[in-house]
Amino acid sequence: MDEASAWQLIATGDPTLFAIVRLSLAVSLAAVVLGAVIGLPLGAALALLRFRGRALLLVALNAMMGLPPVVVGLATYLLLSRTGPLGNLGLLFTPTAMVIVQTVLIVPIIGALTRQTIEDLAQEYRDELAALAVGPIGRMTTLLWDARFSLLTALLAGFGRAAAEVGAVMIVGGNIEGFTRTMTTAVALETSKGDLPLALGLGLILIAIVVAINAAAWAVRAVAERQAA
Amino acid sequence: MRAPSTDLPLVLDRVSLTTGATAILDQLSVTIAAGQPTLIVGPNGSGKTSLLRVCMGLARPTGGTVSWGGRFDVAPLRRAFVFQRPVMLRRSVAANLDYALAHAGVPRKQRPARIAELLARVGLDDLAERPARRLSGGEQQRLALARALARTPEILLLDEPTASLDPAATRAVEDIVLAAARSGIKVVMASHDLGQVRRLGGDVVFLVRGSLREHGSAIDFLDHPATEDAARFVRGDLVI
Repeated sequence: MDEASAWQLIATGDPTLFAIVRLSLAVSLAAVVLGAVIGLPLGAALALLRFRGRALLLVALNAMMGLPPVVVGLATYLLLSRTGPLGNLGLLFTPTAMVIVQTVLIVPIIGALTRQTIEDLAQEYRDELAALAVGPIGRMTTLLWDARFSLLTALLAGFGRAAAEVGAVMIVGGNIEGFTRTMTTAVALETSKGDLPLALGLGLILIAIVVAINAAAWAVRAVAERQAA
Repeated sequence: MRAPSTDLPLVLDRVSLTTGATAILDQLSVTIAAGQPTLIVGPNGSGKTSLLRVCMGLARPTGGTVSWGGRFDVAPLRRAFVFQRPVMLRRSVAANLDYALAHAGVPRKQRPARIAELLARVGLDDLAERPARRLSGGEQQRLALARALARTPEILLLDEPTASLDPAATRAVEDIVLAAARSGIKVVMASHDLGQVRRLGGDVVFLVRGSLREHGSAIDFLDHPATEDAARFVRGDLVI
């Protein structure tokens, strides 16, 4: 009975449902883009630079991959709340706040995976790049580019965490209907309200989207690798 | 960039290279001057690769000094290196050359013409758009040569570039190296193939266990080796 109504919502293109899907995708993809902009150079720098306290930073970064989302959500909440340091920006309970919190959550994942990938590749490339007189910045961009297929996996891992996350977006977004309600927060809400059809429909769509995005990335990688590997 | 001052002669003065307790190069003094190719010859593990790396500036000696044209600590702008197993960047053949040209400071506008010229020089004209990692071993080595030549080097250092190639591919690489030598580039190449030493000529730096045993013309080395080690090496005996 419930399942049937879930499919019905999807099939009839329920506008509420699709608004939620659109917002979820927009927030998570924005977080992945931001996370990539920060995490890729961060990971590459950590892979290539040697400085005091590097080991400590690597341990911290790896540990942050397992940050509890609700704690990150709480910290961001305190930062953005009216009395917090960034309170006058008025970002709390907006999609922007959700993008920020998801970015914080996925930068460690993208950064740590990038660090590992780039460090392995740097071993192989070191002498050749030195012989071609490539400077530090050039070395970083070259390695990032040549590792592009492996780094796609890091970005997917980041997207996976962003899309599946509930606690943090709930806290900083507020789960406001038509404004900051995402698939995950809606599933949580509808389940607790007892509207299982909508919850189930949203859950199915969420899974479908994650599978579709991974499949698309896989296809892109397969095609691109055949052409440029 | 400053007016091109020469990197030659390349002078190693009592150069030592040690890692831990092992001496890879031991008090090695040699002068490499302009002219015919210089072949670095010796059994496996004799320090040929390390010597080349020191000559390039990739490895810093733990003792002694290296100077290029009388200067120390010279960035490798006028030197190029071809590794035994070159790293192909994950992009097309032409893009690999474009990359090397860009890092040699060649303006974007001039690069297409230079790429075409380099591809012709190493006989890879038809493979410009092929992913570099898809090339055969011999083709990869020729691309590595083109990439090195893109830097218009004064000294071209090669680390056994034909070690894992079949005779035809070896011939192709040797032809490119000889053409480079004839165009005035100083070739310094490691080899343990005596036939190759004869074909490329010039002078021979003979190493055993990190020390210089002989330095003289290739013909003399092959036909009248001066030391017992060299005589055994030329005869094909094992030199340990």
